[in-house]
Amino acid sequence: MAVIIRRVEFFLITLWAAVTINFILPRMMPGNPAEAMMAHFQGRLNPAALHALEVAFGVNTKETIWQQYVQYLGDIVHFKFGISLSNFPVPVMHVVMQALPWTLTLAGVTTVISFLLGTLIGMIAAWRRGGIADNLMPPVFVIISALPYFWLGLICIYVFAVTLHWLPSGFGYDEGGNINLSWTFIHQAITHAILPALTIIVTSIGGWILTMRNNMIGTLSEDYVRMARAKGLHPMRIMIQYAGRNAILPNITGFAMALGFVVSGLLLTEIVFTYPGVGYLFLQAVAAEDYPLMQALFLFVTIAVLAAVLLADVANALLDPRIRAR
Amino acid sequence: MAYQPIAIQEPAPSPATPAPATGRAAWAAGFVRIGAALSSNRKAVAGVLILLFFTVVAIFAPLIAPYSPSAEAFAPGMPPSSAHWLGTTSYGQDIFSQLVWGTRQTLLIGLIGGLAATALSVFVGVTSAYLGGMPDHVLSVITDIFLVLPALPLMIVIAAYEKGGGFWVLVGVIVITGWSFGARQLRPQAQSLRNRDFLESARVRGETSAHIIVFEVLPNMVSLIVAIFLGAALYAILAAAGLQFLGLGNPEDQSWGTMLFWGQNQEALMIGSPLWIIAPGACIAALGAAVALINYGVDEISNPALRGRKRKKKVYVVPNP
Amino acid sequence: MVRAVDGVNIDVQPGEFLGLVGESGCGKSTLLFAIGRLLSEPAEIVSGDVLFKGTNLVYLKEKQLRHLRWRGFSVVMQSAMNALNPVLTVGAQMADAIEAHERMPKAAMKRRSAELLQMVGIDPIHLSSYPHQLSGGMRQRAMIAMALVFTPDLIMMDEPTSALDVVAQRSLMREIKTLQEELHFATIFVTHDMALVRQYADRLAIMYAGQIVEHASTNEIFDDPKHPYTRGLLHAYPSLFGPKEELTGIPGRPPDLRTPPTGCRFHPRCPYVMEICPKEDVPLYSPRGDDLVRCFLFSNEVMTNERASAPL
Repeated sequence: MAVIIRRVEFFLITLWAAVTINFILPRMMPGNPAEAMMAHFQGRLNPAALHALEVAFGVNTKETIWQQYVQYLGDIVHFKFGISLSNFPVPVMHVVMQALPWTLTLAGVTTVISFLLGTLIGMIAAWRRGGIADNLMPPVFVIISALPYFWLGLICIYVFAVTLHWLPSGFGYDEGGNINLSWTFIHQAITHAILPALTIIVTSIGGWILTMRNNMIGTLSEDYVRMARAKGLHPMRIMIQYAGRNAILPNITGFAMALGFVVSGLLLTEIVFTYPGVGYLFLQAVAAEDYPLMQALFLFVTIAVLAAVLLADVANALLDPRIRAR
Repeated sequence: MAYQPIAIQEPAPSPATPAPATGRAAWAAGFVRIGAALSSNRKAVAGVLILLFFTVVAIFAPLIAPYSPSAEAFAPGMPPSSAHWLGTTSYGQDIFSQLVWGTRQTLLIGLIGGLAATALSVFVGVTSAYLGGMPDHVLSVITDIFLVLPALPLMIVIAAYEKGGGFWVLVGVIVITGWSFGARQLRPQAQSLRNRDFLESARVRGETSAHIIVFEVLPNMVSLIVAIFLGAALYAILAAAGLQFLGLGNPEDQSWGTMLFWGQNQEALMIGSPLWIIAPGACIAALGAAVALINYGVDEISNPALRGRKRKKKVYVVPNP
Repeated sequence: MVRAVDGVNIDVQPGEFLGLVGESGCGKSTLLFAIGRLLSEPAEIVSGDVLFKGTNLVYLKEKQLRHLRWRGFSVVMQSAMNALNPVLTVGAQMADAIEAHERMPKAAMKRRSAELLQMVGIDPIHLSSYPHQLSGGMRQRAMIAMALVFTPDLIMMDEPTSALDVVAQRSLMREIKTLQEELHFATIFVTHDMALVRQYADRLAIMYAGQIVEHASTNEIFDDPKHPYTRGLLHAYPSLFGPKEELTGIPGRPPDLRTPPTGCRFHPRCPYVMEICPKEDVPLYSPRGDDLVRCFLFSNEVMTNERASAPL
């Protein structure tokens, strides 16, 4: 399990890097934009909250930068992200926690569907080399993967919501609805999620198809596949247990690498659909110049991505005995 | 004669590998090779033609566009007509003219952002591989960190601090978030080159590391560098469009991204001017697809196994007489 | 199109050990895989027959063929590292071969696999090992055990020892021979190393550039090699105990089969090349008994005219 331990180390280093970027950025920008923000809230905040903001953004403080840094790290470790300025005086944590479940659900479901479906299609395309799927799919998905997520989302809204009135154009549930675990609410949530989910799946599935197909073309020429044929195994078993299972391994690593990009597309999609998740919240924070909220969101998205990468590593270790041994 | 079972390496017929070219000529040779290979790949040719089309439009924008892109000179929200091929915006601007002028900045961002990000990728990836040891380790970790840091939130945070940032802020943000992917791909290939004989001989000749990297190592990686540039350019185009769409660019710029921003801002889809949003998005998609097609072509060239194959229905077996 | 293997005719009797010898790239493995219908695209059989106990494998549908595979004939490949699935245990890979052809309770399957591993000298504990956890020699043995699951009539071996060191090579060869004598399967054994098969092969077929150039009993070939290529191969290997002699080997390298030399394919490298060699395709001559050799030196004209004056 040494691999996993190394990965946890990487997790922590990256997290530290993200926190540090958050710390450095406002101090690096010319004409400190945070100062204007602070002036705006002077007098409206209690002294402790004001001091936290000063530490976070390096305004009006007599402490050295190292003292500020240490205190900032301390605050982050204790999940003290301060007050959301645009939702004054609600703490940032509280605001983030309201948006996070929406994003995690949407991201989780779409990523899993897209990965499984894409891998399956890629596997079959390579297995039936020269078939319709194999000849048609690569160029089509090369083009689709070049589409801007948000634009595809806009087109979906125009076609399915504005023109056809099949599905709602945005938000996570019907206006005036209550968030609870009733059947009505779940039904609403699903209806509202279909278009954003579709957008994300359509744009991200191509990558999985192409990489899986290419990996699978590689494993299909391996000796162990020939050996499996010689053994007279059922073609399904050869495709899945021999060629497929070995081809999926680099795909899982690729999954971790691509996740940062996928998340970006996901956030944009949320914005287009005014989906009440992190992406939409992000845009609101930007519009309101709510820097503490922005920073916290950046951090949380990073944590989510890192957690997914870690999960991919665990999956890889489970599927590949060679990694487990290392 | 007494023959004993003795293991002898099979006399492997080593195909004569031509000594890699070095120096300035190698660069030229590398690009010529790629150009020749691309011209024989149908997908790549299609991509190049689309790219060429947009380049011509960008260069001759003043001649092609019938009106000023920003002048609010017409009736707002007009549908397409012979005077206004794509109609007008709700500010009374000609959408087609905006589209033509917008080509310039979008292409430029793809080119400059792509080049700058590639330069950084090459610098980090090759330096890392060439130096080895501790510097390599540190650079690799940094690369991995930037790889997993979610790009869009980072871009948004930076761009938000740099309020209303114009062209160069966009390029900067794109470079910061976009270099790691290429560096990660370059490192192993540069590593495999590191110990080759021709580099050793350059070292013996007393060439500096910088000279060796620029004139000996890089020319042998031209096809990968081109692929990375294409990927970075595609990323730059999409990222810039995304940021501008969110209002994080300079809204006064003429580009497809700002068109999308204003279109969305004015709810173009709801008020019956969908072309305001459809047209620039379609152009981004076409440009992106062009780059992706060329990239796909490069991929097929470096890995022939991936090429499409015709399915054989039947194998004819002729029995022996 | 490249004719990687062309006009080859070999036969193996039950319990016989046939060595198929040649330099790399001469088509030995291609021939072996063609016999087993294991060529992968774009390689294919365009003409010819493969008769296995009277059944022509070439015309069988993949589905019909599947039932014959492993039970009728099995394969041992060059590198077990590549030929074993890295993500399945040895036991699982033996079990799936059994499962594909026979209904057997899990316990019986395990017992059978354990027996086989023991037969090739591996502790049955390794049934639950993954290929990367075994040593090179053990992996090769495990693959042989796998090939013996159904005690097939024919086992095709593609340089099964070439990945091993000399000592492991010798012990594995002895082991294969012992198993063969015990279980009476026929073997086609592909190798580039003549000396390796000398003590084990009943007959040898020498391949060059996709063709069989000489086919005779092992003793005959070592005592009186006929084809100039065979002689070259023999001189390419040093002898340990014999008198000192120069290792001449064969200058040059095998031809590119996309553009094979005209006439005799060996003529560009042949020290005995004659005027006729580049001009005409060489038929197989039979200078004695069932022996076959593809060389104009053994045509009737040359034999009668030149043999007396220029003894070889």
